Parts: sequence; C-alpha cells; structure tokens
Amino acid sequence: MKLTQGCFSFLPDLTDDQITKQVQYCLANGWAVNIEFTDDPHPRNTYWEMWGLPMFDLQDAAGVMMELAECRRVYGDRYIRISGFDSSHGWESVRISFLVNRPPQEAEFDLVRQEVGGRAIRYTTVRRQIAHAST
Amino acid sequence: MLDVPHATTTADSEAHFDLRKEAEAAGITNTLQQLEQELIGLRPVKNRVRQIASLLLIERIRQRAGLASAPPTLHMSFTGNPGTGKTTVALRMAKILHGLGFVRRGQVISVTRDDLVGQYIGHTAPKTKEILKKAMGGVLFIDEAYYLHRPDNERDYGQEAIEILLQVMENQREDLVVILAGYGERMTSFFASNPGFRSRIAHHIDFPDYAEDELLVIAELMLRERGYRFSAAAREAFEKYIELRRTQPFFSNARSIRNAVDRIRLRQADRLVSDLDRMLDVADLETIDPADVLASRVFSGGADVRSAKP
Repeated sequence: MKLTQGCFSFLPDLTDDQITKQVQYCLANGWAVNIEFTDDPHPRNTYWEMWGLPMFDLQDAAGVMMELAECRRVYGDRYIRISGFDSSHGWESVRISFLVNRPPQEAEFDLVRQEVGGRAIRYTTVRRQIAHAST
Repeated sequence: MLDVPHATTTADSEAHFDLRKEAEAAGITNTLQQLEQELIGLRPVKNRVRQIASLLLIERIRQRAGLASAPPTLHMSFTGNPGTGKTTVALRMAKILHGLGFVRRGQVISVTRDDLVGQYIGHTAPKTKEILKKAMGGVLFIDEAYYLHRPDNERDYGQEAIEILLQVMENQREDLVVILAGYGERMTSFFASNPGFRSRIAHHIDFPDYAEDELLVIAELMLRERGYRFSAAAREAFEKYIELRRTQPFFSNARSIRNAVDRIRLRQADRLVSDLDRMLDVADLETIDPADVLASRVFSGGADVRSAKP
C-alpha cells in the first residue's frame, strides 16, 4: 500500500530533479527547508526525527540535495520527508511537506473498529505487523 | 547543471553564433569593462580573468552547437600581498560566472578558518557543511586559506575541514566554485602540504604589487568616489607619501592607501573646523591641501617611531 502523506503523495514518486525544483521553490520563497525521517509513519505521528538542523540562508537546492543524499545513505530504509517552514509574520508554520523516500517495504495500516459505551463507535489506525518487514 | 537545457535539440537550427551578442547577453562585456575601469593595474590578473571568461563563453556556445564539452574546473586560487584586490576580483568573478550560467545563483560567501573549523570533536563537519550548503550555486571565497592547515598540530580540526572541502570540490564541481586566497609564500607551502588542493584548482592567479603611479591613481579614484580632490601641491605631497610609505613596515598596497585617504579626510575636516569664523565654499570642502597629507606620521619616520614612545 502506497503511503499517502503530505503534498504530491497521490502522484508517482518525485524524481530527484523534481525534488530539486520543489526545494528551489521553497528557497525562492525564503522558507527554511528541513529534512526529517522516521520508521513510524503513523498519520498521527507528527514529530519525525530531524536530519540535522533546518537549513536557513540557503540560495540553491544543491545544498539540500547533498544532505538528502547523505540522509538516504544512512536511513534509506525509512520514510524521509522534506518540509518548508515559512517564518514570515502571520504564517510561522510549515507551508509544504512531501515524502522523498520510502522504504522498500511500505508500512501498512488497518482501521480497527471498536464498539464502546452505548453503541458509539471508535476507530483506531493500527499498524499492521508484516512478517517480512525490514524493521 | 548549466543554463542550457536543450543542448542537443537546438544544434541543427543554429549553425552561426554572434559572438558579440552572446557576450553581451551573458553580461561579460560589461563586467569586463567595469573590471578594466575600476581596477587599476593588475595586468596579469585582468588577462587571466578575460581568458577564463572567453573560455566559458566559447564553452557555452560549443554546448549549444552540440560539440563535446566537459564542464570546466573553475576552482581558483588568488595569491598576492595584502591589499592587492583579491576579494574585489573574487566578487567580480562571481558576477562573470553567474552571467555565463556556470554558477546558478552568483552569491559570494566569504569565509575564513573560523567559519569552517569547529572547536571540538564533531563540530567541524557540520560547520563546514553548513557553509558549503550556503555557498551552493555560488562562489565560496576562503580568505587566508593556509590557516586551515596547521602543520605543527596534526590533530588540528582544520584537516577535517580540508577533507570535506576537497570532496565537495571534486564531486559537486557544477554546484559551486571555490576560490582560495592568501599571501603568496604561505599559500605555496599550504599547497605543498595539501597536494589534493593544488591539483583540484585549475586557475592559480598571482596578484602583483601595485607600482607607485598606480597607487596614486588608486588614491585619486578613492578621493573622487568620496567627492574630494587633491590640490596640485597635495598631489605631489601624496606622491612623496607613497614613496615613503612603501618602504615602511605593514604596507598593504591599496588598503594602506584607503586608510591614508581616510586619515587625510580626517585631517582636512579638522583643519576646516579649527577656524570657525571662516566662510567655506565648495572648493574648500572638496580640496585636499598639502598640509593634510604632510601631517602624516609617515613623514616623521613611520608608525614604528610613534609607537616606540608612548
């Protein structure tokens, strides 16, 4: 199952050239670009681990791509995403976030239905345990 | 990545190239002219810069014509005494490279050892990489590069910075251009102990010292920029000043001249203010008198004499 999180995730995976262009777009807007990775891509897991510090004051996407290559070398078996943080007044928030790396074996989730007090229903997203998962 | 995405597809349609138009489109005619006008002397440097610009221009046209072209190695080293214009030329060089599309953004990041080398284990690599990332798409100007290498301390972190630099200089040649600058002799010994650097740098440019008449022209140019001019007698006095100053210690070419000009302005202002009852006209305000020049301690034996008696 293809994980769909962030921008572009319903499209085919971005090529490196396309990632470069997206990053360049972020930099042109003056956003700080950040690389994050995780082995727990649960939709409720907002806080992924940071690959180094967010990159401020960059002019060219090549710098980000250099870090991304390094991150992929170390954590190629995890999900990696790139986010662009807009610090300008009124935004002060992440403006874009997209996946740039998927593990060979994607994580899968089940929606578990649970009946609670009365006939209310609760739904929980549960990671499916895959026997030959890489992690 | 160069600015010519469709190198092969346009090859057939374009068989003739208007060199003048190409050069103007890239903005190098202007930049070179500016270089010629604003920088006095430096003949060998200008020649070399022009050669590099020509090579880059031809390389760009060759690409469009579909001829074989290897992206040229553009890393440079500028050697020369203090105040010979290394930084100024580096800034111009970035403009030329940007105009020709050999660097994408054209910013110049000017750093010294402190910006690259960390203070403790594990501090250097992130620091160096951070600077490299900022310089991507532009020019990284490393001033006094020989400080990176400390031969007396083999555990010095400078070596780590050098290794990262070399790696990026080799692998990401099209992403950034590194310019090393420093004083001649020390750079020579720096290259001797880091042969990797020497071989990765294509252009070694030596900046000669300025001649006395060139220094005078520089001084006049600086004064003009600030809206002053020498009186005839002051000009003569300044010629004398240059002659004396050059023989004294800590002479650093154009930088010494700039400092001298600033001090002369100070003395001129002081001279004008000392007589409060006087009516000033524009000529008074912009003219440097010989007295302003001659009051310099250079004429009384130089900085050393003054500092000897506190």
